[in-house]
This record gives sequence, C-alpha cells and structure tokens, in this order.
Amino acid sequence: MKLHEYQSKTIFSKYGIPIPKGRVAATAQEARQIADELGGRVVIKSQVLVGGRGKAGGVKLAKDSAEAEQLATQILGMEIKGLPVRKVLVDEASAIDQEIYFAITDDRASKRPVMIASAAGGVDIEEVAAKTPEKIVKASIDPLLGLREYQARDVALAIDLPREYWKDFVKVAMGLWEVYKNSDATLAEINPLVITKDKKMIALDGKMMIDDNALFRQPALSEMRDTDEDAPSEIEARKYGLSFIKLDGNIGCMVNGAGLAMTSMDVIKLFGGEPANFLDVGGGAGAEKVAAAMRIILTDPNVKAVLFNIFGGITRCDEVARGILAAMDEVKPKVPMVVRLVGTNAEEGRKLLENAKMITAETLADAAKKAVEAAKKGK
Amino acid sequence: MSILVDKNTRLIVQGITGNEGLFHTTQMVAYGTNIVGGVTPGKGGEWVLDGKVPVFDSVKTARDATDANATIIFVPARFAPDAMFEAADAGIPLIICITEGVPVQDMMRVRNYLDQKKVRLIGPNCPGLLTPGEAKVGIIPGNITIPGNVGVVSRSGTLTYEVLYAMKNLGMGASTCVGIGGDPINGTNFRDVLEMFEHDPKTEKVIMIGEIGGNEEEKAAEYISSKMTKPVAGFIAGQTAPPGKRMGHAGAIIEGGAGTAADKIKAMEAAGVKVAKHPEEIPTLLQ
Repeated sequence: MKLHEYQSKTIFSKYGIPIPKGRVAATAQEARQIADELGGRVVIKSQVLVGGRGKAGGVKLAKDSAEAEQLATQILGMEIKGLPVRKVLVDEASAIDQEIYFAITDDRASKRPVMIASAAGGVDIEEVAAKTPEKIVKASIDPLLGLREYQARDVALAIDLPREYWKDFVKVAMGLWEVYKNSDATLAEINPLVITKDKKMIALDGKMMIDDNALFRQPALSEMRDTDEDAPSEIEARKYGLSFIKLDGNIGCMVNGAGLAMTSMDVIKLFGGEPANFLDVGGGAGAEKVAAAMRIILTDPNVKAVLFNIFGGITRCDEVARGILAAMDEVKPKVPMVVRLVGTNAEEGRKLLENAKMITAETLADAAKKAVEAAKKGK
Repeated sequence: MSILVDKNTRLIVQGITGNEGLFHTTQMVAYGTNIVGGVTPGKGGEWVLDGKVPVFDSVKTARDATDANATIIFVPARFAPDAMFEAADAGIPLIICITEGVPVQDMMRVRNYLDQKKVRLIGPNCPGLLTPGEAKVGIIPGNITIPGNVGVVSRSGTLTYEVLYAMKNLGMGASTCVGIGGDPINGTNFRDVLEMFEHDPKTEKVIMIGEIGGNEEEKAAEYISSKMTKPVAGFIAGQTAPPGKRMGHAGAIIEGGAGTAADKIKAMEAAGVKVAKHPEEIPTLLQ
C-alpha cells in the first residue's frame, strides 16, 4: 500500500524528522487560505500515488496567495499518468542549498534492510543511479540490531556531508529507521532531504510504501488507504480476500494460486489472446468466494470469454463447481465459459457442470486455446 | 537418498489442532509421513488422529519427547514468526513454514536469526516438500506425482502441481519436489536447492519453476552455468504481468524494470537451461 506525500511527512514529523509547514487542500480556496497562513510564498504539490509529479507539471511555486489559488485550480484539474489530482499539499517554500537522497528499504538479496543515500538528490535520482552509481551510498542494517548511529555517521561521511550537519543527519536517519520499522514500511524515502540557505535540514518530500501483509497490526495506517485510484473491481475483490488486478484484454481469468494465475495469463497470450485480469481465488476457495470472483470478472464489459483453471489441492473442484453454478444463476452470463478442473474432486466437479453449457478442456494449453477462440467469436 | 525429507524424517506439526494443521496432518499421515507429534500451546497432553499423535505445549517439550528432526508450521501469519523462532531455539534443524502472509520485516528478523543458528528454513508461503513414496511434508497432493529421478524446485504452489501432473502423465517421476515459496524474503532459494540436487545421487535431471520479481533465478542461472552437471529445464511465470503490480505473491512484482520474465529467461537460457513456453511443455524438454 502506498501513502501520499502528505501522509508520509506527517508520520516523519512524529518521529522528529523536520518537515516544512503546510497542509493538504482539496479546493483552490482552501489552498489560498493555507498560503495566507504560511505568509504567501508556497509550493503547491499534487497528491497522486505516482512518481514524476514535478516533471508532469504537478508541483509549482507560488509567490503569493493569489497565485497559490490560481495554481491550485490548475493542478486540481490535472491528470498525472492517468490519475486525476484530487488533493494538493500546500507547503511553505524553502530556499534550497543542497538536495540529498535518503531512504530505507528492504534488500531482497541480502535479506536485510538497507539505507541508501546520495549527495545528488532530487528529481533525477533514477538517472544518477543508472549513470553514476558510485554517487549512491548503501549501508546494510542488521534487522535484529536495528540501525546504529555510527552507521548513519558513516553514510554522512561517504556522501561528503559537511560535518556541521552530521548531528541533524543522524537524527533524521534514526527517525526514518523508526518510521520504517514501526510502520512496517517496505520503503521510507526522503527525496529530497534538503539543506536550506539558512542551514536547516528538512524533509521536503516523502514517500512510503507499507507491507500489505502487516496491515493487521497497523490499523491507523490501514485507514489511510486511498482507494480513489483503485479500480472499483479491485476494491470489491479486496472485500472478498481475492487477489485481483484489472488488465486491458478480453479474456477473464479465474485461477487458484498466484503462480498458476500468472501462468494462465501467459498461456492465453501465447495462443494469441489477451487476459482481462489477474485473479487468484486462493487456496480452499469456497462457493461464495468463487461466485464473487465471477461477478467481478463479468462486470468488465470488455470480457468476451472467461477461463476457469482450477488445480485442486486444498481447493476442492466440486466446491468450485458449485460456486460457478451459483454465480451463473445469479449473473446469467452471456459470454462463453471455458472450464478446466484437475485434482481433488475434479470428477465430481465436472459432473456438476455437465448441464451448464460450458466448454470443457483437459489441459491448460487446450483450455487457453479454446478461450482465445471463444473470445474471437464473441467480438 | 533424495533431499531434505525421506523415510527417516521425524516430523512435528506446529498448529496441529487448527483446521488446516489437522486436515494436512491427516493427509500427511495417510501418505506415510512419520509424524511423531504436534504442538499447540495450551493443549499439551491431548492426542489427535484417534490417539495416534501426541500434542505438546511447546516445541522444546515435543522435541525432548519425540526426538523430532523436522517441523512444519501451519499457524496464522501473526504467530508464524514466533513459531519459527521457537523451533530454531528448540534445536530443530529443518523448519517448513506453509503459512502465507508473514510480514516482510518479521521474515528479515527470522532469516537473520536462523542463519546464525544454522537452521534450514523452507518457505514461508510455500507448499512444502514431497519425496514421492517416502515423505510428504506439506500440502502438495500426493497422488499427482510418482517416484522418479527428476528434482523439482519452484516458487509457486498450484503451478508446481500442474508440472508434477504433466510429468506423471508422461510417466516421469520426482526425486523430491521443493516449494521454496513466493515471498520476497524466504529461507531457502533456488541456488541452495539446485546445489542439493546436484549432489543427490537419486536426482538425474532438474526442473526449476520461477516467476517474476527479485533476482534469485538469475543467481540460480549463474550456479547452473558454473557448477551444475545435471540437465535443467525451466519455466518463468508472469511473462504478461505489468510492472509495479503485485501478482498475488508478495515477491511477484516487477520493480523499477528489474525482475522481468524476459531477463530471467535470458539468464536461464544463457546458462543452458531449456525454458518452456508453457508449463505442460516442461517435462517434454527433459525426455
């Protein structure tokens, strides 16, 4: 789960990391009022959950509150990478001397958290990482010990941070470690961490990603989830504990197991079709869950055929078949359905579906071919 | 021989009285796995499976009483890290964690602690291990595979079943099937298992089933090209997955252009691995 900049910075601030004064606004009038409170000179920053906001024109400097209102109007009407801007953050403007990149994230390779810093922070950090990787400093953190202050000093030294800022930097680093650890973040990033002309260190921007698997113990963060940017079908799927991602094709897929679900999409593509979604009904999927999955797939008007690929292990094929029947009764689908049931109770499952006017298949390849063919006819 | 589990495995089940734990204990016992006990705190002294399997309050007491040499974990995600620490502290050398949804920071702590203790962890979020005809330690259906000489290692669950089933239809059996799990931080990776298969006299060929995300397949390819003498065939799931979207498995996500199927397939083919276009094709590449 991604957090917005304003949400991330509020959390940073609770852990002693200095952030600019500012507030979030949903209307241009609000933005003007906040700018007034902050003394006029402000930065208007679109709050959308994608990178590259600045380059898309979603971050603008206003010299007074009138301009703040005007720029907020403009930014609130924008779409950035397809996402409409619904909120802006109005922050007091800072006079910047240096921009630093600083983040803590999971390092899959070392199985440990890693601290990443660069003196070349700012909007072009990806380019810096690609072209001059020597400018990026990394330090591995022992997850059992936590970040130690000396490690933060080592990093300050490695990025040539002037000594007068080491104390501030260590404070920010230790704060961000606590943010990362206590929020179950998979990424806690400050870019840029700036040194201002009046020699203050401030987290000008903030980005956090939270481990979905840890949300059970992060109730406050769970409530911050912004569902404005999720497809309605994805929100509905989450309610039923289904793992669902909408795609652009016309063959709906319902599969048990994430690996097999990805594979079913791949095989559809291999035989010339385009999957309309990724959908893992999970292990031990009962009839109710299957019915919900089918409803979600069929709400997509692009869907011209549906492929069910169920390999019964814990999941029982007869149970899935009952779910399919219940859903067909309720939804009365008009598109062709291709079903492949293998494994636990597959025989019973197939019998249940005998009179349901579905196309059956023995192998995955066969099922995919039939689904591709059916979708073409349906066009 | 085979690897990791066989007739000599003395298994305990953590979470044995839970729904899933009890269901799969029944399945494993029916397959012939030697389950010597189970653990559920607060239920020590009880018995399950009609008095055949004793329940203990802790892993330590279970191990002292049964001399168990492996444990399988079926407890919910919020309790799983504790279960893994407990098993390691009780001196169990092999831990198989089936539980899915364990937070990644917990897994980093678990993995770093277990490494210090030299404990082997399989999983989490995995289907476990199956040495056909000898021991089933996990949830892989026993009837979809037969004993044979092909070692199978995979990040996925049902996709692995699909491959085992396709193998069986061709009369091809497995030495051991290892599900290493779909999480970004796990206990055992492809390279570890490939090395075990390379040294296992019962394994003559290997099937490796990877997926998008991370770079473990690339590391495995390095090992294959430099050290492996046995032929390997493989498959990578997620060729059509869009970047930045998590495909169910916490580990299956293409991040910043890294971890794509195309990169992995390229690395594997460069290492001499025959990569299949779809899972049912994999076993035919080893015939």
